[in-house]
Amino acid sequence: MAVLDDLRAPAETRAERRERERRERYYAASQWTLIWWRFRRHRAAMAGLAVLGLMAFLGLFAEFFAPYGQTTRNAQYLNGAPQWPMFCDANGCSARPFIHGTRTERDPVTLRSRAVPDPDMRLYVRFFVEGEPARLLGFLPISTRFFGVDGGGRIHLWGTDDLGRDVFSRTLFATRTSLSIGVMGVVISFVLALIIGGVAGYFGGIVDSVIQRVTEVIRVIPVIPLYMGLAAAMPRDWTTTQVYFAMTLILGLVGWPTLARRIRSQLLSIRNEDYVVAARLAGARPSRIIATHMLPSFTSFIIVDLVISFPYMILSETALSFVGLGLRPPAVSWGVMLQQAQSVRVIEQTPWLFIPAAFVVLAVLAFTLVGDGLRDAADPYSEAR
Amino acid sequence: MARFVLERLLGMVLTLFLVSIMVYFIMELPPGDYADRFAFRKYSGTGVTVTEAMIEEIRRDLGLDRPAYLRYFDWISGIVLRGDFGMAYSFLTPVTNVLGDKVWLTLGLLFATLLITYAVSIPIGIYAAVRRGSAADYGLTVFSYLGLALPNFLLALIMLYCANRWFGASVGGLFSPQFENAPWSLAKVWDLVKHLWLPAFVLAWSAVAYQLQTVRATMSDELNKLSVVAARARGVPETRLLVKYPARLAINPVVSTIGFDVNRIFSELPIVAAVLGLTELGDLLLKAYLDLDMNVAGAILLMLTTIIVVMNFVSDLLLGWLDPRIRMGA
Repeated sequence: MAVLDDLRAPAETRAERRERERRERYYAASQWTLIWWRFRRHRAAMAGLAVLGLMAFLGLFAEFFAPYGQTTRNAQYLNGAPQWPMFCDANGCSARPFIHGTRTERDPVTLRSRAVPDPDMRLYVRFFVEGEPARLLGFLPISTRFFGVDGGGRIHLWGTDDLGRDVFSRTLFATRTSLSIGVMGVVISFVLALIIGGVAGYFGGIVDSVIQRVTEVIRVIPVIPLYMGLAAAMPRDWTTTQVYFAMTLILGLVGWPTLARRIRSQLLSIRNEDYVVAARLAGARPSRIIATHMLPSFTSFIIVDLVISFPYMILSETALSFVGLGLRPPAVSWGVMLQQAQSVRVIEQTPWLFIPAAFVVLAVLAFTLVGDGLRDAADPYSEAR
Repeated sequence: MARFVLERLLGMVLTLFLVSIMVYFIMELPPGDYADRFAFRKYSGTGVTVTEAMIEEIRRDLGLDRPAYLRYFDWISGIVLRGDFGMAYSFLTPVTNVLGDKVWLTLGLLFATLLITYAVSIPIGIYAAVRRGSAADYGLTVFSYLGLALPNFLLALIMLYCANRWFGASVGGLFSPQFENAPWSLAKVWDLVKHLWLPAFVLAWSAVAYQLQTVRATMSDELNKLSVVAARARGVPETRLLVKYPARLAINPVVSTIGFDVNRIFSELPIVAAVLGLTELGDLLLKAYLDLDMNVAGAILLMLTTIIVVMNFVSDLLLGWLDPRIRMGA
């Protein structure tokens, strides 16, 4: 048989064969596979995706990764500095990382008691330690924490705030809140944009003109003041959960116009394509024509727009909570945490309270990079091939 | 051109009308009405028990028992005909007194910010496009990503810290203490300029980051056009060529988004103002919201939005003037 093969076609070198298979895979790949392949080549975008994935993972399982609860206080360590695990100190080295314990001392000047590190006391860092009982994902009861220290001590990786709450733990819980608010806000604005932009773009004419005007008005009012106006209207006695959902609603209500415009213009441009007319003549309802015939032609662009609108949601939530009009304690989000870091004095005395800001920057940066990568990947003409 | 201007003008008036309705809607949104809050402010701490009848009376006095559209009509006609924005309940004076010359301060800050934005982003964006792929271009891309990711209040805090550290002195606020309540003079204006750069810089930051990307992208596209090749073939000197063909077109998207930039700046203003301790509109708006003094909040929101709408109009006119295609198309 091998001889026959050789006679039928000129021998194919290994490289040629690999090339042929690559081409075949390429031609047979679906649109989404192609987008993924193009996206994968974008190093910065992949890094962004990894960062977001890690954040989402840590946030989702915050009850496991955070050594303490979001409101747990350590009254012995208020405004405490970060405690970095170390391997060596004046008393020698150890293979297991440790932190120094603290003892309470009276400040000679202010006479207030304060915690100072005790270089002779070692607290060894251990993984999978027993901690406060909590419910993972809201229902799975666990009491094992990812890490902690032995000897009944506490480890505050990123220090504590003025109430002695662990900044590291709170940042993880805040990550969950802030990211999820962003997701919910984007989803709500997407649904609104789909309905409003869909109606405007599909029907055109007077309906379109009216909707365009209204969209214009919402776009022209400065976003944060508008958010603030809506947020100020939230009754002060609402519970944390109510405020949380109200916030997602507000973010969604203000965020839709940009996306609606995009959907509208795309729909308008393909409204008179033959396949749309054919569907209309066949008697399909408008909602069906929009959903099954028109939307799929630009789904990838919508996804790009959704990803790009994330940073605005996150920054808006942070800004609103920062000035006290967004989420309110005991809820914890990046903005709520940064509320404690409003003055220059904080930069000088307790700079670790700014760590959540690094998360904000990182998340926004990552979303922007992923959005840019997706935009390039979703554009079928971007490929040189 | 006259027709073009007229059309845009009509569109602007219509938008302003709709905006005023929207703003009024937001003013009406908080639960309870002025009568409740008014009664609370007036009698809190006096030991008087506020009865439902008293609130009802206040409500009648203030005309709050009438339907919303009538009250809207009163409100807007007061503003348009008499420049009367109603009472600021937390200050017990007319809103116009509370706002005072803060409108001009805000406008000053706005123009300073826009000046910085365009003076920085246009030349640097063009430079980055011309030197595409260079280290400078790469650095600028990184900067603009960071610029968009850094929350403005954080930048404000960092700037404040650096300014305190290296320049000492009071950099927060808009005036030095001795000029705070002084009448306007040349010295006061100079003092304002010395304080204005910091908030203007902070507010310009993200606008610069955004426009830098826009200018660079448009400029890169335009540089590949045949007109550029043709001009180069004719031997037009490089600088002249850049200014005459691609740069002219590269500023179009910038001009068309002036209103957008103003929107962005006003959007950030209240928060930056809170951090930097500025006393003009932004900070006042925040306080008004926190106190639910909705007449003040509404007046400020309406003014900010009006400025944006007018700037949109200006940007339309500028664009029509710059680009004949738009003028003729309209």
